[in-house]
Amino acid sequence: MAKSTMMFSRKLGVTSTVEALKKMDPRMLIRNPVMFVVEIGAVNTLLLTIDPNLFGGHDSTSQRMYNLTVTIILVITILFGNFAEAVAEGRGKAQAESLRKTKTDLLAHRLQKDGIQEQVPATALRKGDLILVRAGEMIPADGEAIEGIGSVDESAITGESAPVIRGAGGDFSSVTGGTKLLSDELLIRITVDPGESFLDKMIALVEGASRQKTPNELALSVLLAGLTIIFLVVVATLLPMSYYIHYPIDIATLIALLVCLIPTTIGALLSAIGIAGMDRVIRFNVIAKSGKAVEAAGDINTLILDKTGTITIGNRLASEFMTVGDKRQQDLVQFAVLSSLFDETPEGRSVVELGKTYGIAPLREQFVDAMTIEFSADTRMSGLTLPDGTTIRKGAVDVIKKFALDHHGLVPEDLDEKTAQIAKAGGTPLAVLCNQDIYGLIYLKDIVKPGMKERFAELRRMGIKTVMCTGDNPLTAETIAKEAGVDDFIAQAKPEDKMRLIQSEQELGKLVAMSGDGTNDAPALAQADVGLAMNTGTSAAKEAGNMIDLDSDPTKLIEVVSIGKQLLITRGAITTFSIANDVAKYFAILPALFVGSIPALNALNIMRLSSPTHAIIAALIFNAVIIPCLIPLAMRGVKYRPMNATQLLMRNLLIYGLGGIVSPFIGIKLIDLLLQVIWGVH
Amino acid sequence: MTILHGIGIILIIAITIAVGIPIGHYLYQLFGQETSKTDRFFLPMEKLLYRLIGVNPSVKMDWKAYLRALLIVNLVMMVFVYLVLRLQGFLPLNPSHKPGLSWDLAFNTATSFITNTNWQSYSGEQTLSYFSQMVGITFLQFTSAATGFVAAIAFLRALVAHKKEWIGNFWVDIIKIHTRVLLPVSVVFAVVFIALGVPQTLQGTAVVHTLSGHLQAISRGPIASLEVIKQFGTNGGGYMNANSAHPFEDPSAWTTVLEMVLMGSVSAGLVWTFGLMIKNRKQAIVLYVFLTAILLLGAFVIYASESAGNPLLTHLFGLQGPNMEGKEVRFGTSLSSVFAAMTTAFTTGAVNAMHDSFMPLGGMVPLVFMMFNLVFGGKGVGLLNILMFLIITVFLSGLMVGRTPEVFGKKIEAKEIKLATMAMLVHPFLILIPTALFLSTKSGIAMLGNPGLHGLSEMLYAFTSGAANNGSAFAGLSANNVFFNVTQGIVMILGRYVSLIAMFAIAGSLAKKAVTPNSVGTLKTDTFAFGGVFVAVFVIVGALTFFPALAIGPIGEHFSMWSALNGHP
Repeated sequence: MAKSTMMFSRKLGVTSTVEALKKMDPRMLIRNPVMFVVEIGAVNTLLLTIDPNLFGGHDSTSQRMYNLTVTIILVITILFGNFAEAVAEGRGKAQAESLRKTKTDLLAHRLQKDGIQEQVPATALRKGDLILVRAGEMIPADGEAIEGIGSVDESAITGESAPVIRGAGGDFSSVTGGTKLLSDELLIRITVDPGESFLDKMIALVEGASRQKTPNELALSVLLAGLTIIFLVVVATLLPMSYYIHYPIDIATLIALLVCLIPTTIGALLSAIGIAGMDRVIRFNVIAKSGKAVEAAGDINTLILDKTGTITIGNRLASEFMTVGDKRQQDLVQFAVLSSLFDETPEGRSVVELGKTYGIAPLREQFVDAMTIEFSADTRMSGLTLPDGTTIRKGAVDVIKKFALDHHGLVPEDLDEKTAQIAKAGGTPLAVLCNQDIYGLIYLKDIVKPGMKERFAELRRMGIKTVMCTGDNPLTAETIAKEAGVDDFIAQAKPEDKMRLIQSEQELGKLVAMSGDGTNDAPALAQADVGLAMNTGTSAAKEAGNMIDLDSDPTKLIEVVSIGKQLLITRGAITTFSIANDVAKYFAILPALFVGSIPALNALNIMRLSSPTHAIIAALIFNAVIIPCLIPLAMRGVKYRPMNATQLLMRNLLIYGLGGIVSPFIGIKLIDLLLQVIWGVH
Repeated sequence: MTILHGIGIILIIAITIAVGIPIGHYLYQLFGQETSKTDRFFLPMEKLLYRLIGVNPSVKMDWKAYLRALLIVNLVMMVFVYLVLRLQGFLPLNPSHKPGLSWDLAFNTATSFITNTNWQSYSGEQTLSYFSQMVGITFLQFTSAATGFVAAIAFLRALVAHKKEWIGNFWVDIIKIHTRVLLPVSVVFAVVFIALGVPQTLQGTAVVHTLSGHLQAISRGPIASLEVIKQFGTNGGGYMNANSAHPFEDPSAWTTVLEMVLMGSVSAGLVWTFGLMIKNRKQAIVLYVFLTAILLLGAFVIYASESAGNPLLTHLFGLQGPNMEGKEVRFGTSLSSVFAAMTTAFTTGAVNAMHDSFMPLGGMVPLVFMMFNLVFGGKGVGLLNILMFLIITVFLSGLMVGRTPEVFGKKIEAKEIKLATMAMLVHPFLILIPTALFLSTKSGIAMLGNPGLHGLSEMLYAFTSGAANNGSAFAGLSANNVFFNVTQGIVMILGRYVSLIAMFAIAGSLAKKAVTPNSVGTLKTDTFAFGGVFVAVFVIVGALTFFPALAIGPIGEHFSMWSALNGHP
């Protein structure tokens, strides 16, 4: 996927401007009630520009200029709002474009029932069709490999250039349309009809076409509509009240007041924030099937993670050498390293690596004539037999013990004790033997991925409980859990246990997130509130989850949680800012409205604005200009830092609440000064 | 303005709030727990009542059933009282032979008392018979207070329910609140009031020879029994036209203090009950601190502006001293000020001074308190308004901390926000639209006692009082006409029931939700920081809604007064 990091390009600017103009269409704008009210206002002021006395009254035609100014600012206000939405959509469209390119003009070899191949366009493929794909060809549609195995380049979707293995059976059978088979041949059963494929869904998602309002966005829209109605009532009733004090306010000014008061800032940016939020998720190479899932991620209480591959590196690595009997450490390390010299397993490599820290680094070239014994499930040991007959072995403790006894060796007394010690600490012991003597143990240990501890601490600060799932025995599990700093663990976990855990947490009213890749994870992925499926996983898992991580990195859940929170915070912050702005606008406009009839009200003109007209125009200009000023914030999102909720609230209120009250005072005053320069003092 | 009087104001408010705490405990025992200590005494009597009216006290109602029962009972009572008022002339206990009320006045009065507003377009002692005062007015003063109260209790139950449908039994709640709270308190304090000099009689108007040799007719009647529930039920509708300014309703400084404690203690106590119900006393303390602070602030703004007096009078005539116009000498400025603040904060609506005669800012405080309608507020409904704004505040702040907002562990979603927004819209609609309507009609303007900005304040005050179900009058408005009686009647009904229904619907939706356990990421609502945000939200929303109207009302008046003094026109 194209990972454009550029916020804004000239091309995007041009297309967005065109889109912004198109969105002036009231049929489109009605979806945004706040901006729709502005548009109705603009139509009215436009009519009043043509005929200032349209709604009665006897205003002089000099009023025309003022009405026209108001109209222009209102139109610009709407355009700014539309522009914000267009920019957000435009960035998604660019990504969709690059995806669509991979989709066009694909051909498929479809197998008919009698086994004969026919060439058909990819669009003709239906669920259940069998197709054959050869090396070098594009896979035409989503499906499942039922025969063969091959390497596939999935960079078009994941951005990851290293090919992945796909093949029949197991957890790696799902293939995605638009990816390229690099080697071998695959027989694929198509699993989707045209238009429903993964690629289609992705395109729709990034384009925002299938974007539905999320529950919180819906709630916020209702509140904003409510505020808009309140201000409509406030402004509409002000007219008869002004007649009562014999100083009627003109309609254009009332419309200006209305537009200043209704929450245009958040109204204009609301959908842009939503689109940008989804976009941020996609930039993290995670496909969320709905905005709701992203929002839910921000609310997660419990995070369930697999141990292997997620919390730990996945392989056990040598961490210590322990001598037994009266053997010397130096000898133990020497033999341990030799036994692993030609061992290509991660465990073996780790023994060699650990040996280097003891200054023991034999070269393979010196031992080319030695016989290599590879590990097998039967013998359960590996090692070398030197040309002089020296046998060096490492392996499971009981096997090595038997080997020593068979060769009339002795078993040191402290071997069993140290073996138990390692097992108790959650490690795996390997015994090391040279000829008939046992020299000691290699302590293989699960290694927690670097940085995991910090991330779990961060999650705890966000108020999220982490639970580790592992098939290990409780002792091992506890050791790793402690080391990684997770809050809880389930040992000897079966897939049903995960399901049970999710259900019991949900019963308590918590939201649960988990990641998974296997078919047996699918039910739990579906049950979880946020199920992150790995792209390398089975199609069942991908179908069940509500997010798919293209990089197949289960720890991504942590980022998704942050993005979900950020999305809400951005909305809340701009809403607060928008409402707080009204305070200053009242102080600008109200004295201007009534100064003719109640001159003493000029006491409220604390900004000392130069004239009533200037005050109204300045407030209106500020109201419009603040929208583009906040577009970058809406796109980028308010920065989220894990801290407790009250601190976070106070921090954001200070910035966006207090800032929202103070900044328009400054802004309106500055615009007023500017107007004085341009128009002169009235 | 003296320090001694200032301390007096603080003491009165402090006592009221403090008395609320044991009451809150008692209410929690009655409605938050399965059994209470008072069962042994009251239950047999209540069981008899249940059997008499044929209800099964063990039935559990969901919000719809509860609300339906509540609304039907209210409607029946309202129709009943309407008929009593209309047919007054044919009914007993009418020694002065007062005729029935006109249809619009009867409608206005029935709606006014069923909604706990107690707006009085009639003048009490001159229009109503003893029968109407007792069976009509006093009766509804009990039931309307009880209605608001059970609504709040039902909501609190929904708040702590975990995936349940039911929120209590309306019949049990409404009977219990009468038998165990309203009636005992009323009986005891009616006797206290009698002892303090408030009349309680069924004899007709007394005709006396005055010192100057003339005859004077002095109205009297069953006043003490009405006076208690008038205050205790946050009703405010007086027996006399002059309300608590009349020496028979409020003979001394002692009775006025007692009246204030009576009107405030239960509404304040309910906040404590709320804290106990959600098992979070700190939440109640936070609300207590902020609301009490606002109440004190309001009382002192009135007191300061009244004791400063009118600068124009000083300037033109050299008159010094406080503004005593419309105030009773036995109360003075301080007791009048704190009474005005409390009667509007607790939406009682009783008055012991004429708010119309206050200085502009002094008169604005009662207006603003009614617009907020949640500085403790009226019986039950005050707490509901607090909860409504808590929901809005929690929603906004929840967004700010990046979590789907939760109020006491219950998720706030689009449905709750929709309903809370609906409740929030009630005030702007019901206050601003009728005010504008009346100010733009000839008959409306004809009602005003004063021209200009003060006239606007009078009209604004009348509808604010109706919408907030307060019932206090700014005075100065000639209110008894068909147009106004009907409009105000509708305003009172909508002001009461729209938000009540919306809050019940929220209760129904919340009851079904699971209670999410707290975590570090949960926004705590029981902190002073959050309390501050809560106040900021309702003050800003209130200010944004009513600032323009206030600007051409009391604020405009205030600035005009001072600029006239400084020689500017």
